Amino acid sequence: MSNSNYTPGPGHYVAPLEDTPLAAVDAVSVDEKPSNLWTDAWQDLRGRVSFWISLALILLVAVVAIFPQLFTSVAPDACDLDNSNGGSEPGHLLGFTMQGCDVYSRIIHGTSTSVSVGLIVTVLVFTLGLVFGAISGFYGGWVDSVLSRAGDIFFSIPYILAAIVIMSQFKAEDRNVWVISLAIGLFAWPSTARVLRAEIIRVKQADFITSAKSIGLSNFKILIRHVLPNSIAPVIVITTLSLAGAIVAEATLSYLGVGLPTTIMSWGNDIGAAQDNLRNSPMTLIYPSIALSVTVLAFIMLGEAVRDALDPKARARR
Amino acid sequence: MARYIFFRLLQAIPVLLGTTLLIYYMVFAMPGDPILALFGDKTPTAAQIEALREQYHLNEPFIMQYLRFLGGIFVGDLGTTYSGQPVISVLQSTFPVTLRLALLALIIETVFGIGLGLLSGLRKGGASDNIILAFSLLLISLPIFVIAFVLQYLLSFQLGIFRATVGEGAPWSDLMLPAIVLATASVAQIIRLARTSVIETAGQDFVRTAYGKGLSRGRVIPVHILRNSLIPVVTYIGTDLGVMMVGATVTEGIFNVPGVGRTLFQAIRQSEGPTVVSFVTVMVLLYLILNLLIDLLYAVLDPRIRYVK
Repeated sequence: MSNSNYTPGPGHYVAPLEDTPLAAVDAVSVDEKPSNLWTDAWQDLRGRVSFWISLALILLVAVVAIFPQLFTSVAPDACDLDNSNGGSEPGHLLGFTMQGCDVYSRIIHGTSTSVSVGLIVTVLVFTLGLVFGAISGFYGGWVDSVLSRAGDIFFSIPYILAAIVIMSQFKAEDRNVWVISLAIGLFAWPSTARVLRAEIIRVKQADFITSAKSIGLSNFKILIRHVLPNSIAPVIVITTLSLAGAIVAEATLSYLGVGLPTTIMSWGNDIGAAQDNLRNSPMTLIYPSIALSVTVLAFIMLGEAVRDALDPKARARR
Repeated sequence: MARYIFFRLLQAIPVLLGTTLLIYYMVFAMPGDPILALFGDKTPTAAQIEALREQYHLNEPFIMQYLRFLGGIFVGDLGTTYSGQPVISVLQSTFPVTLRLALLALIIETVFGIGLGLLSGLRKGGASDNIILAFSLLLISLPIFVIAFVLQYLLSFQLGIFRATVGEGAPWSDLMLPAIVLATASVAQIIRLARTSVIETAGQDFVRTAYGKGLSRGRVIPVHILRNSLIPVVTYIGTDLGVMMVGATVTEGIFNVPGVGRTLFQAIRQSEGPTVVSFVTVMVLLYLILNLLIDLLYAVLDPRIRYVK
């Protein structure tokens, strides 16, 4: 007996299909894109002012880093001691350093240094953190113990201290963007690895992993196709935030005098060079500090917007 | 509890060995001859160099130097600096200063961090919450040396409230400004942690029950909400104190504080391997001990946590 032929007997009331909760089942459009963590996060991000502000700032910083000539025609190393600590004048908006170099031009040309150190460190930290975190979280056992203890060792040395020690091994002329990025990144990865490890251990117990195992997928395929995509979100957040940390670290090391040599334009170097004249010409120090802080602010704002968008719990808190 | 402390101490040993070995290796690999650097412009005779190399054991292979150093730690001998002073006595004169600086900074950041975080969390979405959040974002974005210079310029050079550099004997009043600078680095993180934690706790059933049985806000907020919100904050402050010993490098340099940070930085620049390693070893030891103490503090703060394994 098919449903369409069924007629209820007397005394039995059957509501029309439209009035029952079953209508909701029919109302689901199968053509609609399924929503998941990433589409939800994008929906959330699109509506955030801080996301668009940070994106605009980062875009600006990126353009300045790639095409500094577009923003200034003054050479950053064309210095005239007659202008030492000179104030603002036409064509030299932000005045001069103690060496008589144009402050504005030095800030513009220093941008690429900060951005490249930030990017290289981030790629390094992401790669090391991903490999070590994934292996120790997924395989567990003695592999996990060994890798976690190794991570602990790197973790218990504060990274600036470690970077100072590493950087001191290089003569000033051998130091460059790559060396300083390596020095910072080498001790910054354990936190990324820890976050990923914890997340993988959580995801590993999910039912869909058991299903994947039961249909006979190899361990490696399960890790790449099922575990990693489901545990990468917190890693992306910590990676975005570590970009800001790397920029600060470079500036700090250069400021201390164990960073980049003075021949490479760097905000940290300029701040360090201006510190002796803080009392007489504070703006020489303040301007590069503003450039540095705004860049860092942009990346932190982006990282926090992404974090809030990717974390459903954080969304509920607001 | 004793069992737990024992196992935590046991866990700390390989980390400490690994850390000292790693740092000692990095220092060992540094270029430049420290003996030649000692003489400056003068040229020492070959016999003088040889005698000094012998005195500092620089002729021995790396692993022997490391073992010698490690053995020294256990008998309280941390070697001598290249200027002839025992490292331990350098530590004795500089560590108390840094400790006082860190303590002052810790008090400042805890009071303001928890206070503002609580205020912000209880008024979630309000004007004061938004202002405090924007303020904390700004503080996080400012590198510590930028904050140091701005405050030094404004408060010392312009307004004359504090002395720009720390004077003889590092009196508490002189340490105030460096401590404020050191605290700003962490205060923003504490505000945010406390805020999130307070919001989460305030939504719990037991808080509703407390209000429901007629308790006043004056009792619920400190006893029920605050006490249960402190765990993430305490964890952060614990790890932060270890990092602070090093974050002090920049601050102590700028304000000329005669502490470990300044000494350490000078030692690294002069390639004084043993001095650097001793200072770092002490810092790492301190860091591990502090983390252990923090772990034990959990049990006091949160009765649900029992270390019975």
